[in-house]
Amino acid sequence: MDLFEYQGRDLFERHGLPVLGGGVAETPQEARAIAERLGGKVVVKAQVKVGGRGKAGGVKLADGADEAEARATDILGMDIKGHTVHKVMLAETADIKEEYYFSYLLDRANRTFLCIASVAGGMEIETVAEEDPDRVAKIAIDASKGVDEAKAREIVTAAKFPADVADQVVNIAVKLWQAFVAEDALLVEVNPLAKVGDGRVLALDAKVTLDENAGFRHPDHEVLEDKSAVDPIEQAAKAKNLNYVKLDGEVGIIGNGAGLVMSTLDVVAYAGERHGNVKPANFLDIGGGASAQVMADGLEIVLGDPAVKSVFVNVFGGITACDAVANGIIQALALLTERGETVNKPLVVRLDGNNAEAGRAILDGANNPLVTRVDTMDGAAERAAELAAAGK
Amino acid sequence: MAIWLTKESKVIVQGITGGEGSKHTRRMLAAGTQVVGGVNPRKAGTKVDFDGTELPVFATVAEAIKETGADVSVIFVPPAFTKAAVLEAIDAEIPLAVVITEGVPVQDSAAFWAYNVAKGEKTRIIGPNCPGIASPGASNAGIIPADITPQGRIGLVSKSGTLTYQLMYELREFGFSTAVGIGGDPIIGTTHIDALRAFQNDPDTDAIVMIGEIGGDAEERAAEFIKANVTKPVVGYIAGFTAPPGKTMGHAGAIISGSAGTADAKKAALEAAGVKVGKTPSETAQLMREVMS
Repeated sequence: MDLFEYQGRDLFERHGLPVLGGGVAETPQEARAIAERLGGKVVVKAQVKVGGRGKAGGVKLADGADEAEARATDILGMDIKGHTVHKVMLAETADIKEEYYFSYLLDRANRTFLCIASVAGGMEIETVAEEDPDRVAKIAIDASKGVDEAKAREIVTAAKFPADVADQVVNIAVKLWQAFVAEDALLVEVNPLAKVGDGRVLALDAKVTLDENAGFRHPDHEVLEDKSAVDPIEQAAKAKNLNYVKLDGEVGIIGNGAGLVMSTLDVVAYAGERHGNVKPANFLDIGGGASAQVMADGLEIVLGDPAVKSVFVNVFGGITACDAVANGIIQALALLTERGETVNKPLVVRLDGNNAEAGRAILDGANNPLVTRVDTMDGAAERAAELAAAGK
Repeated sequence: MAIWLTKESKVIVQGITGGEGSKHTRRMLAAGTQVVGGVNPRKAGTKVDFDGTELPVFATVAEAIKETGADVSVIFVPPAFTKAAVLEAIDAEIPLAVVITEGVPVQDSAAFWAYNVAKGEKTRIIGPNCPGIASPGASNAGIIPADITPQGRIGLVSKSGTLTYQLMYELREFGFSTAVGIGGDPIIGTTHIDALRAFQNDPDTDAIVMIGEIGGDAEERAAEFIKANVTKPVVGYIAGFTAPPGKTMGHAGAIISGSAGTADAKKAALEAAGVKVGKTPSETAQLMREVMS
């Protein structure tokens, strides 16, 4: 889960990192109140989880509360690369003398964590790495040892931080690591980490990604989730504990296992090239051991998506028995009809593996005109794409 | 023969008394696996009956090894307890630990991996969040269905469970020596490269299927390894050619960020290493059929 800047700032503050005073506002009036509290010049920043907001006009300076309210009025509701601005963060301004870069992140290749630090901050670190690789230090962190003062000093030396800020950066490096571990983060990035006029080093931006797998030991992380940005269908799916991602096509997809579902999206997209360029409408993985109930929940979500014109159910029964899946499909359709919902979208079902014959027999026996059985993944994708194109 | 798991392997189950643990212990036994016991400190000293096979429950992995000679542990404990279970397996120096549990925090995986390295890597870890390892006709450690395919001479390594089953099914006419599901998490124990090396050295494997998916650069690194070290034919498949950037597709590791981790980039890297890459599972199976005939 990616956090907004203001959430990252608050998290940094809780862990004792040096940040500027600030607050978050959803209305111009709230922005005004925060500006009054902070006093003097403030910066008003759009809170969106996408880069390039400054260029898009989402970051403005304001001198006093009146201007802060006016700038907040301008920025709230703006569209930045498809993200609507619902919140602005107001922060004190800083007299920046030097800008650095500092992050901890996951290093998949080496199965550990990595520190990236540079004295060339304030711009995309990828750009610095490309143009000036000598100015980007990458230091592996041993997950069992972490970052103590000695390790922090190694980082500061490797990245060639100036002597006058070295002690401050060492302190920040240690605290940032503690925050990274304590919050089960996958990424903490400070860009810029800045030296300001009075010589202090401050974290002026905060990019934080938290590990959702660790949610069970962080009940406080739940409130950080941005409900406004989540697609309503994705929200409904989440409430049913389904692993669902909304996409922008017409063929609804239900399958078991993340890899098989990803593969199903590909096969449907290829078939769509031959049938009106239809595409997958979603990713939905009902899991390796899916029950009839989960199938019913999944069908309800996918059939409820107005963009869906046909549905492809692709199941390879490993642990899941195909007869249970077939029963789940038939029961789900009956259930939805009973509830008075219009069920009129064609389903193409492919069952293979554990008890496939029994599952296919159940589908044939039910004789539901909406359900077509096709026994190969390629053939079923072709049929589902064809039906979606016809329904467009 | 096979890699890492053979007819002689003696398997214990950490979490044998839990719902998933007991369900799959029964299935592993039915597949002919020598399951010799389980571990649960709260039920140590008791026995669990699996359709007539009574298995002893031990307090610790070390005790289970001492009493049974176990050399493989399959771990089914919930995510909150997985790290402790793996650390225990490492401390007991069991040669193979298969971590099935899904939803393990990345910092926990990083911690047990670092611990394993510090201890000299005496334990091969497969997973977490994986279907395990199966050597058809010999032994099954995990949740891969045992009856999809008979024993044969194809080796398979995959990030995805159901895609493993799909390819095993499509190629059941040839059979498999061993199939290894390494899991789709960002930090995993055994990698594609580890499995490729073992299959290259296995006299009973003639050809290798490698299944990857979007995200990370594991497939690119595997491609470099193949180019330098693998002489047996390798056929590849990557899931997620049409996946949009920035969306995580089920597996925590499966996300395209920026221009990195795309299926096309992985396909190109593998092809440059002489690997034939299918665009769909059926095309991949067809490429392997051509290799085998």
